[in-house]
Amino acid sequence: MLVDSFAKNRPAIIAIAIVLLVFGIVPMFGSNYQISIATEILIFALLAMSIDVLAGFAGRTSLGHGAIFGASTYVVVYWTSVVGGSPIVAVALGILAATLVAAVFGMLASRVSGVYFLLLTLALGMIVWGVALRWTSVSGGENGLRGVGRPEWLNDPTVFFYICLGIVLTLSAVIWRLVQSPFGLTLRGIRDSESRMSSLGYGCATHMFIAFTTTGFFAGVAGALYALFNNFVSPSTVQLSQSVEGLLMAILGGIGTLFGAFIGAAAIILLENFVSQYTARWPMVLGFMFIATMIFAPEGVLGAIRRIFRVGKKS
Amino acid sequence: MHGEATRLPTAPKKRDKVSDPVLILDNVVVAFGALKAVKDISLTVKSGERRAIIGPNGAGKTTLFNAITGVHMPTSGRVTFNGVDVSRKSAHVRTRLGMSRTFQITNLFPTLTVSQNMQLALMGTSSRKFSLLGSAEPTDDDQERIDDALGLSKLRERAGAEVRDLSYGEQRQLEMAMALVSKPKLLLLDEPAAGLSPAERVIVTDIVQSLPRDLTVILIEHDMDLVLKLVDWVTCLNNGEFLAEGSPDSISKDQKVQDVYLGKARDHA
Repeated sequence: MLVDSFAKNRPAIIAIAIVLLVFGIVPMFGSNYQISIATEILIFALLAMSIDVLAGFAGRTSLGHGAIFGASTYVVVYWTSVVGGSPIVAVALGILAATLVAAVFGMLASRVSGVYFLLLTLALGMIVWGVALRWTSVSGGENGLRGVGRPEWLNDPTVFFYICLGIVLTLSAVIWRLVQSPFGLTLRGIRDSESRMSSLGYGCATHMFIAFTTTGFFAGVAGALYALFNNFVSPSTVQLSQSVEGLLMAILGGIGTLFGAFIGAAAIILLENFVSQYTARWPMVLGFMFIATMIFAPEGVLGAIRRIFRVGKKS
Repeated sequence: MHGEATRLPTAPKKRDKVSDPVLILDNVVVAFGALKAVKDISLTVKSGERRAIIGPNGAGKTTLFNAITGVHMPTSGRVTFNGVDVSRKSAHVRTRLGMSRTFQITNLFPTLTVSQNMQLALMGTSSRKFSLLGSAEPTDDDQERIDDALGLSKLRERAGAEVRDLSYGEQRQLEMAMALVSKPKLLLLDEPAAGLSPAERVIVTDIVQSLPRDLTVILIEHDMDLVLKLVDWVTCLNNGEFLAEGSPDSISKDQKVQDVYLGKARDHA
């Protein structure tokens, strides 16, 4: 039984073990700056995974998850700084807010697919951005909100890093389980043929609503961690480029591979940090990298690795 | 002729059950804008009946299927299934009530395996589809039903293959297996043998003939030889209208039907 479930979940166990190894040793060698980069990678990997559940398994590309992520960040910073509440409550409220925003998005977007889904989620994300920008009395408008910093026990970058590592790895195991579940199979069915699914007795909109809300929850956790990490929130946290970046990470790592999100997040955030030391035009480098991925490995880094392994197995 | 069929609280006698209508269409019209694809079709299909719907291209056969299964809502008229008025019910609700169909154009999940396709076909009518963290492995009971349906459709050896790697004939067989696995009361087959080689047609004919006799089957088919072998009763449509109805023998001799198939009945519409 144990051996059996190990065989079925082997890809997930191996991936989590690798992430644990690679990231686990960062604090032993790295400076505080490097630890903070590793923390950021973990947070964005979670966002990218939440996008990958929809893009890779349900075949729906969301451009609204950055806004859901940012909604959580706003609530956490607002609750700790303006209201002066406890960070634990703030995180809970942030995740709740993100899940609610996702539920509203999901209700509207669950009935459409393809380019309509893309545009609808884009528009919904823009609304969140617009609210953040204009509702100056609450959101601080363009200036954003500055947090009060992490609580004492979380202040050490190493401690915070390990807590993020624990949360992100736990949730990635949960997400893996989700996509392997009967419900996950229905999402893949919807991706392949929605008309067939409804003729088999599935209410596809209900499934998409559940999927959207659940992934919104994961994005919300990432957003709450980001609030504690960054200690600052502004409209740029909820803007379109946030969603695009999350999506690029998922694509770069490999759509539908789930754990590719770690590779994609690492590649993009490292690039952002190192290239920006030399040139302000790092988005251009990112663009070239993206083009190269599309041409040479459209299935992403992990997808390409998986393909090579599969070819090796067959021959 | 066909009053409201009511669901009997006690198990009816076997004879009654056979003559109980499973499907009643009352003056069903399906219009797309000004175009009436199906005009005032009424028909009654009894439990356990094997019915063919024939007619030339554009006769409205598939549109009628879509109105029965809920892909399109009838513009007017009524569809009664097992005594329940389903005219305004969506496709997935009708499936849960016991309808099942195959598609004229193969409509499967190409990137999933044959087993996964079957599992999706089975879970559609159960609550397991909402299990977010459960195991996707089918229960022993489900596995047995999947094996049975795959066996009936002669696909058992291909269970692990991805659907996009199957031959066209095998994909048609999978269509049938998926329609069967949920144990429907009414099976609608939309040109099950379309595009198949003669050898593959024999397989499909065998499958339809080996279906349990209490299952009601309606099929759309062009091949009269196949129809003659498989069904008890034939309805012929032309230009969305009812043309003729009768036993396969009488239909194949019917002058109106022959005219339509030979393309001489333009004046009829």
